[in-house]
Amino acid sequence: MIEIKNLHKSYKMGKNSLHVLKGINFNVEEGELVSIMGSSGSGKSTLLNILGMLDEADEGSYTLDGVPIKNLNEKLAAQYRNKFLGFIFQSFNLINYKSALDNVALPLYYQGVNRSERMERSMAYLEKVGLAAWAHHKPNELSGGQKQRVAIARALASDPKVLLADELTGALDSKTSYEIMDLIQQINDEGRTILVVTHEEDIAQMSKRIVNLKDGVIIDDRKITQVRAIQNV
Amino acid sequence: MFSLERWQEVFETISKNKLRTFLTGFSVASGIFILVILLGVSVGFQNGIESQFQNDAENIINVYPGRTALSYEGFNKGRRIQLRNEDYEVVTENSKQEIEFKSPTYQIYAGLISHGNNSGNYRVEGVLPDYQYLEKADIIEGRFINANDNKAKEKYAVIGNRVKKDLFEDESPIGKYVQVSGLNFKVIGVFTDPGGEREETRIYVPINTAQIVFGAGTDIRSMGFTLPKEENYELALKQSNAFAAQMERMLKTKLQIDPKDESALFISNNIENTKEIYVLISAMQIFFWGVGIATLLAGIIGVSNIMLIIVKERTKEIGIRKALGAEPLSIVGMILHESIFVTAISGLFGLIFGLVLLEIVGPYIELDFIKNPSVNFNIAVSTLLLLIAAGAIAGFFPAWRGARIKPIDALRDE
Repeated sequence: MIEIKNLHKSYKMGKNSLHVLKGINFNVEEGELVSIMGSSGSGKSTLLNILGMLDEADEGSYTLDGVPIKNLNEKLAAQYRNKFLGFIFQSFNLINYKSALDNVALPLYYQGVNRSERMERSMAYLEKVGLAAWAHHKPNELSGGQKQRVAIARALASDPKVLLADELTGALDSKTSYEIMDLIQQINDEGRTILVVTHEEDIAQMSKRIVNLKDGVIIDDRKITQVRAIQNV
Repeated sequence: MFSLERWQEVFETISKNKLRTFLTGFSVASGIFILVILLGVSVGFQNGIESQFQNDAENIINVYPGRTALSYEGFNKGRRIQLRNEDYEVVTENSKQEIEFKSPTYQIYAGLISHGNNSGNYRVEGVLPDYQYLEKADIIEGRFINANDNKAKEKYAVIGNRVKKDLFEDESPIGKYVQVSGLNFKVIGVFTDPGGEREETRIYVPINTAQIVFGAGTDIRSMGFTLPKEENYELALKQSNAFAAQMERMLKTKLQIDPKDESALFISNNIENTKEIYVLISAMQIFFWGVGIATLLAGIIGVSNIMLIIVKERTKEIGIRKALGAEPLSIVGMILHESIFVTAISGLFGLIFGLVLLEIVGPYIELDFIKNPSVNFNIAVSTLLLLIAAGAIAGFFPAWRGARIKPIDALRDE
């Protein structure tokens, strides 16, 4: 599903250049649930941004579902993001003047799906994350866990190949975190490929594979026995 | 622009951000409103000045006969010149295109006029229908003399407001009779004149009737002409002088007057007295246009400022939309669509409000120098279109900036 070869990225900070990713190689198969771990400054967010086509690598190749991702103009990047990827953010990033339902429907709007179908499909995803009753509430009327569920429904709405989650439990208490991880595991069980960036060990243990990043290189990449989140709830 | 989906999206955004929409709309609406009022007041000023300075049509050219000062072709000097209907016809026949309004006159200066027990001495003037415009007489009751009255030599009279007050007091004079030189004339109209009471002590009758009643044959005392109004004073002066010179040549030939004789015919060209008005009005127009354009410019700058703030405020939202697959062009489209829609609707509101206000209040305003402020609808609409277009152009750059926002920057947690 994802193939990355010799990925380099550096940022210019004034006169100095900060080499953040120093040759990353890794592959993700379809249906995997991978945690990318590392302390802050290890380059994990940068890697996720490159995987999410929000940022571009300086060097190396990136292939997503057989499509080489390089030299993208903004328009093509937007189309690929819409088609291939679903994002889940630490701070949810919901549009606060839109209802939960309209937030979920937004990726479908950009796919050109007509309104009634958009609403129907979005409602189905809200049901899936257990928030059908809250469909017409605005984000500021929802709890943190509920907001993250809306965000997950939104990420799923465009039926992407890969879900990219950046510290998705970072703003949640541990009980809510596990509930969210339970949802993530369920989605993964249905066969969807998911990448989770986290620095919390317990969250990482709930994936199927942990990739450890330090100073811009992968120091460890191992499959683990998955801890089911439902046991901790 | 006409995608229904985007309209829905725009409506949703607008209705859920009421304060922002209201503030944007309010600034545009008030800008257009001020502009309309300003243009209206400028027209009002122009009307006011014109009515202050002009008793008669501002470009009237009058011809009066005099006595010759030079002997010519066997005539002695000192010959009294008499103008006749045929002289008037020569002038009008030869200058059909140039003339706007025209009339000969035959008048007696102190006719005894009576109605019942009231009587007075007034100037009785035989004229043609156009004379109403030459004198700027406003009919307040009934009508002015028309061409049929003159052809049929009707004994009809149009009396000045002063005459009406003297002879009829409070009753309506229309259809009643006044005695002029012992003959009954039916009153068909009452007029006021911006020249004031002095010019309202007159009685107009058809010139054919006057010539018969006063035994004048085909004699006329004077003739008056106006030319169509010109863009500026220089052009008006040029046209007017050319016409006057041509007419003088024509009449002098016909009446056998020495071309160098300066006292046989008096041609008074009123236009020379109106230079100040022309200059004043054009200065005023320049001033108001200047202020208007400055207002418009302020409006445009205001709109683009608001657009910039809106884009700034929506940075995060734009980032989210881009992360979810919005193409840059769709971001530009969304912002422009919204801004043009809001600008157009609120601009229309301001326009209508301004026009309605002018329409309702305008006619009641009659200060010394402001009279009936009103605004040319076409000018108002084109300024609105200009503002919308300018708003769109001004809004385009913030929108473009918005489209260039990197989602990664927009989504970064502070």
